[in-house]
Amino acid sequence: MGVRVLVGTRKGAFILTSDERREDWSVSGPHFAGWEIYHLKGSPADPNRIYASQSSGWFGQVMQRSNDGGTTWEPIGNKFSYDGVPGTHQWYDGTPHPWEFKRVWHLEPSPGDPDTVFAGVEDAAMFKTTDGGQNWQELPGLRGHGSGPRWQPGAGGLCLHTIVIDPANPRRMYIAISAAGAFRTDDGGETWRAINRGLRSEGIPDPDAEVGHCVHRIAMHPSRPSVLFMQKHWDVMRTDDAGESWREVSGNLPTDFGFAIDVHAHEPETIYVVPIKSDSEHFPLEGKLRVFRSRTGGEDWEALTNGLPQRDCYVNVLRNAMAVDRLESCGVYFGTTGGQVYVSPDGGNQWRAIVHDLPPVLSVEAQSL
Amino acid sequence: VIRVVLPAHLRTLARVNDEVSLQVEGRATLAAVLDALEARYPVLCGTIRDHDTHKRRAFVRFFACEEDFSHDPPDTPLPEAVVTGAEPLLVVGAMAGG
Repeated sequence: MGVRVLVGTRKGAFILTSDERREDWSVSGPHFAGWEIYHLKGSPADPNRIYASQSSGWFGQVMQRSNDGGTTWEPIGNKFSYDGVPGTHQWYDGTPHPWEFKRVWHLEPSPGDPDTVFAGVEDAAMFKTTDGGQNWQELPGLRGHGSGPRWQPGAGGLCLHTIVIDPANPRRMYIAISAAGAFRTDDGGETWRAINRGLRSEGIPDPDAEVGHCVHRIAMHPSRPSVLFMQKHWDVMRTDDAGESWREVSGNLPTDFGFAIDVHAHEPETIYVVPIKSDSEHFPLEGKLRVFRSRTGGEDWEALTNGLPQRDCYVNVLRNAMAVDRLESCGVYFGTTGGQVYVSPDGGNQWRAIVHDLPPVLSVEAQSL
Repeated sequence: VIRVVLPAHLRTLARVNDEVSLQVEGRATLAAVLDALEARYPVLCGTIRDHDTHKRRAFVRFFACEEDFSHDPPDTPLPEAVVTGAEPLLVVGAMAGG
């Protein structure tokens, strides 16, 4: 057994591999040097099939696919055309703004078919390929949700950044958009409904509005697909009914602002967050990089610090930059805007840096091989 | 033969080491050269201009013979020196930080 960690950065992709001890690591990269790699993800059905989103402010969006675990890559289709007349969403100044494609933020390969992949993009929409990435079609029902014209970009853009597929029922998917909120489909993406009841955001005129919430990340344990955990702009939230209602589980966190959240591979009530000081100061409290773990599904949190810098640390951990592997002793990973990728091979007790000096890390995914 | 010099990132993407040479049928306009370039290297589609509208990407520039053609209509004929291959068409990533 071993692990392969796929790291997307501001200046290329890196692939980190190790055996099950996760002590000695090989580093491959940079792949696509100089390009922003917002996300790479492997197919659950064929782990050697990996998809990557490569983009640049100069040259736009390129998509890449590997069939050999990231050793070689081939460009695939990069045309993301909105279905029909795109319409408008809200701009920062409150005026209507036409939907414009900017980049792919998230790639979610289907659980069962390596050629089927969902892509979350900015400006927020969901696309799907069924031919291994040669052609991408929008699932227009999401943007066609009646609230679409009221969606407004967060500071990072109007991005669909999270896609979570129910492994027991792949026609049920959850997505999150900044700053519109969370949505669910039960019919494979044809129709969608907002699932934001219970969220409360002070930064919008109606704090418990149907849409407008800045959801940063959603995580699920595959054995309990109706339980979701959410890191919102502020607040860590939980639902036990597939998003019908949410409740806050921030509990004793020192700050409940943050971006990343994930669930232990074998303990569905064990979750991880990296608290960030505030929306105006995107770094850890007191210069101490601390992961917080709850073994009770929220509310009660403990700081994990062993092996993490506890002074003068002012990095951020972005929304796509945390992952877990599925080895017997669950590995937890996260990357920072300072270019470190940390691993804990024992569920969070001990941490060490796999690499120290990569470009700012945008995304981390872990594959158990 | 029309010579085109690509920026480093697009050379990598197209897997070429040097400038590329293109045969262009009919009038050698900017649009015709980009059509020929994308036909030869489909991976460049969308990286220089929009897939559908063919609008130039904001941070891409077209230079030739020490002149900027970026803002000219795409059907503008290119200079004779470019048409004869004496001078290349430069596709340039605009200078910007990051």
